[in-house]
Amino acid sequence: MTTALIVLPLAAALVIWVLPLNDVSAGALALLAALAEVGVWIQLAARYDFGQGGDLHVSYHVGVYGFSVWLTGLTVIAMAAAIAYGFWAGRDRLRAYLGLMLFLTGAVVGVFTAQDLLLFYAFFEAMMIPLYVLVGVWGGPGRLGATLKFVLFTMAGSLLMLASIVVYGLSQNTFDLVKIGQSSSNWVFLGFVAAFAIKAPLFPLHGWLPDAYRESSPEVAAILSGVVSKAAAYGFLRIAITKFPEPAQHYRAPILALAAIGLIYGSLLAFRAPDIRGVIAYSSLAQMGLITMGIFSINDLGLDGSVLQMVNHGLVSTTLFLLAGMVERRTLTGELSRLGGMARGRPALATVLLTTGVIALAVPLSSAFAGEFLILAGVFRHGWAWSVVGAVAIVLAAAYVLRLVSAILHRDVGPAVSDAALDLRPAELGVVLPMLACLLALSAWPAAITQHSFRGDRPQADVAQGFK
Amino acid sequence: MIPTPHIDWFALAPVNSLLAATGLALLCAVLAPARSRKAVTATLCGLGYATALGFAVALYVKSAHGHGVVVDAFRRDRLAELTAIIVAGSGILATVVSYRERWREDHIGEYYALLAAAGAGMIFFVGANNLLTLFLALEWFSISLYILCAIDRDRLSGLEAALKYLIIGGFGSAVLLFGSALVYGATGAIDFPGIAAAGHEHDALLLFGLAMIIAGLAFKASAAPFHMWTPDVYEGAPTPLTAFMAAATKTVALVVMLRILVTAFPGDAYVWTRALAVIAVFSLVIGNLAALVQKGVKRMLAYSSISHAGFMLIAVASSSSLGARALLYYLIPYAAMSIGSFAVVAARERELGVPVTFANMAGFGWERPLLGISMWTFMLGFAGFPLTGGFVGKFYVFAAAYRHGWTWLVIVGVLATLVSLYYYLGLVRAMFMRRTEDLQLAPIGGSPPRDALLQTAVVACLVVTVGSFFAVQPLIDLAKHAASSLPF
Repeated sequence: MTTALIVLPLAAALVIWVLPLNDVSAGALALLAALAEVGVWIQLAARYDFGQGGDLHVSYHVGVYGFSVWLTGLTVIAMAAAIAYGFWAGRDRLRAYLGLMLFLTGAVVGVFTAQDLLLFYAFFEAMMIPLYVLVGVWGGPGRLGATLKFVLFTMAGSLLMLASIVVYGLSQNTFDLVKIGQSSSNWVFLGFVAAFAIKAPLFPLHGWLPDAYRESSPEVAAILSGVVSKAAAYGFLRIAITKFPEPAQHYRAPILALAAIGLIYGSLLAFRAPDIRGVIAYSSLAQMGLITMGIFSINDLGLDGSVLQMVNHGLVSTTLFLLAGMVERRTLTGELSRLGGMARGRPALATVLLTTGVIALAVPLSSAFAGEFLILAGVFRHGWAWSVVGAVAIVLAAAYVLRLVSAILHRDVGPAVSDAALDLRPAELGVVLPMLACLLALSAWPAAITQHSFRGDRPQADVAQGFK
Repeated sequence: MIPTPHIDWFALAPVNSLLAATGLALLCAVLAPARSRKAVTATLCGLGYATALGFAVALYVKSAHGHGVVVDAFRRDRLAELTAIIVAGSGILATVVSYRERWREDHIGEYYALLAAAGAGMIFFVGANNLLTLFLALEWFSISLYILCAIDRDRLSGLEAALKYLIIGGFGSAVLLFGSALVYGATGAIDFPGIAAAGHEHDALLLFGLAMIIAGLAFKASAAPFHMWTPDVYEGAPTPLTAFMAAATKTVALVVMLRILVTAFPGDAYVWTRALAVIAVFSLVIGNLAALVQKGVKRMLAYSSISHAGFMLIAVASSSSLGARALLYYLIPYAAMSIGSFAVVAARERELGVPVTFANMAGFGWERPLLGISMWTFMLGFAGFPLTGGFVGKFYVFAAAYRHGWTWLVIVGVLATLVSLYYYLGLVRAMFMRRTEDLQLAPIGGSPPRDALLQTAVVACLVVTVGSFFAVQPLIDLAKHAASSLPF
């Protein structure tokens, strides 16, 4: 089942590349494959026994844990939405484009399910191959610089991770993530952390982020911030704190500090950003800081909260980037100063954007509120100051989300908004509404994730045992 | 009557089949009618390599226990045979890629004859078991290559390349010969086990000879600081020949270096492992930094081949069976990626009629998707991305260095890889992310040549590059058996 989840999109990508289909049939095929992927995932989640926590096909070295089920679910749903939007928006060279998106789906699912360090690395790197082209070919005018920065940053991290993998695997005589023992080597730990901190990104390593998110097409930006960044958080959870308990304790304070700085700094930048994508990009930096804080609190509340928040943020930022793309398509600009007043006569856009925004700013009863609350309760155990930082950031989040929403929807009608700009079309609604539905479902029942992510619902013990 | 030694003709069959191809191709160069000359000689050369490949595979299967043949002058073991397989495979591909090269064809028969002769020399070289056969084989294939570089007399850059290669290569050979003489002087033996058995480990004369032998072989492997000829020669030589040199010459030079150091100088391992580590670092630094600023694709690939010599020298320097395995595995995807990437360059060259630069690769990926995607894969493979054999090769090399206790060398390798991404991905960027309209050049005219032969060769390289990632275990087993013919 897990293997099918990886192979299906890769096979579909190959078919789309090789067969000389026209754009419509290629797009339909890609969409079909993406939806079939969602179907396979639903099968997997339905059959998965969350209490036991381990259907590990060790021979294939792929398998899932409770939290990886949710992350793969996030991946397949977000990718299906992105593929549908890319198809609808009619990108150039659609076959190549959709093939790469499917390839990316397979790679990300591979990251979340690999149970062998080398396989994990292979998928982690394989994500870069389609992303490099997706940003570099279909991006905006500054795409060449953006891809270069993106690749050099992330590869610097992954190569350090490769060195760590070599040292760690050889010193333990196995690369199997399930069997491999825990290590106390600080250097090896830092190699892994560097890779994940760049990919997430954490505070001083986010140099690639604004350009990559601004220059890529909206659906690629959505995937970058919604899904690909979760691979880093997954790495923190699955490898960094699990396999290196002592170094993780040792470096907890600096990592929490960097995450907290990123949280505040990202929120402030999001508040000052002049364009829609900038706001979402920097809020993504802030949210990844928050998730990292939850993971490095290494206790029941924080871990549960961070898994929930990973899924929440994935859905929220994917939806927001897609909405940003829809707005930009109508106004040809993302500059907030030239937008405004779009709510009048466009009820669907206004409703969807406002609802997503409200979830993003974590109003009580939303799933994001549940996630953030759990994370703050988790880090509170390590000192009240961390929670204060987090609480301040939540206030800032409210500020920047409301600023974004009102700059687009309310105020006077902006110069870039013409009366001819339509409301969301049915196809666009078809892309964003399922995501919104998932968010609302999670808001109603966050325990679906928090109580079904770790074995016996005891995250800390599960991590301490190395998910054995 | 002079007693003649027993000769194991089977062990020499790969060499002899290539020599037969050489002789027949030379005959046809004179006797065959001019219009069929190219087809006949190319077929002969290809058949020669194919026969050599077949014999090498058979020998690999039947030589589980390596032993010396022809009064111990030549080794018949799996190390030699696996390398012969790589050389013969490269030879077939080079023959195929050469076929539609646009050049003056009045010496085309000689070209294929010499191509086969060079392969024969290389296969003989990797089996060499004493200093005399070593030098004989080295000169044999080097002289063939000197002439091949200059065979197209209309091409000034080819003449210049040949002259440079001749002078610097001749110097390298002389250094190697001098070193051999010193080693003989110190030990009184010319066969590798004999040198080891003489036990003069700390003799200054021997160490000096060892240093000169390493330098001579490093010239052929184009490792820095003995690399000066590489960019000019790779750039100037006809591109299909460059492909062959990059893949085959480097392969045999590195394998022979491994063999001679491990069998003849085991007592001095503490010296040569360190020396090779230093050479490897030089190659990685110089190769990668210089490649960053190249504008010509062939020059970039030349510097990249220098940096790969550095990676493979790390494997040799770790002086362990893991290192030998790493080297032999690495060579398989490396040879495929080299030939494949130069073949793509050749295809672009034939389209445009000018040297290929990053600038005039613009739009190539979309115009010729098969070649573009292949080139993309080769670049990812050189950079050590997963889904290509290059990743596994680098991984094994790093593992060997780590096992030897050289974590710092792993770090150097990782940093070098990071730098290399800039120019490998730069080429991908030029091919896919720049528009054809940016290209300020008109193609030579007519529709682009439909070159099925070249495309087949590129696809074969692509299959090996990607296949070696997915078929890791069988290939590692091959490499392991080959490495076990060395006394570790």
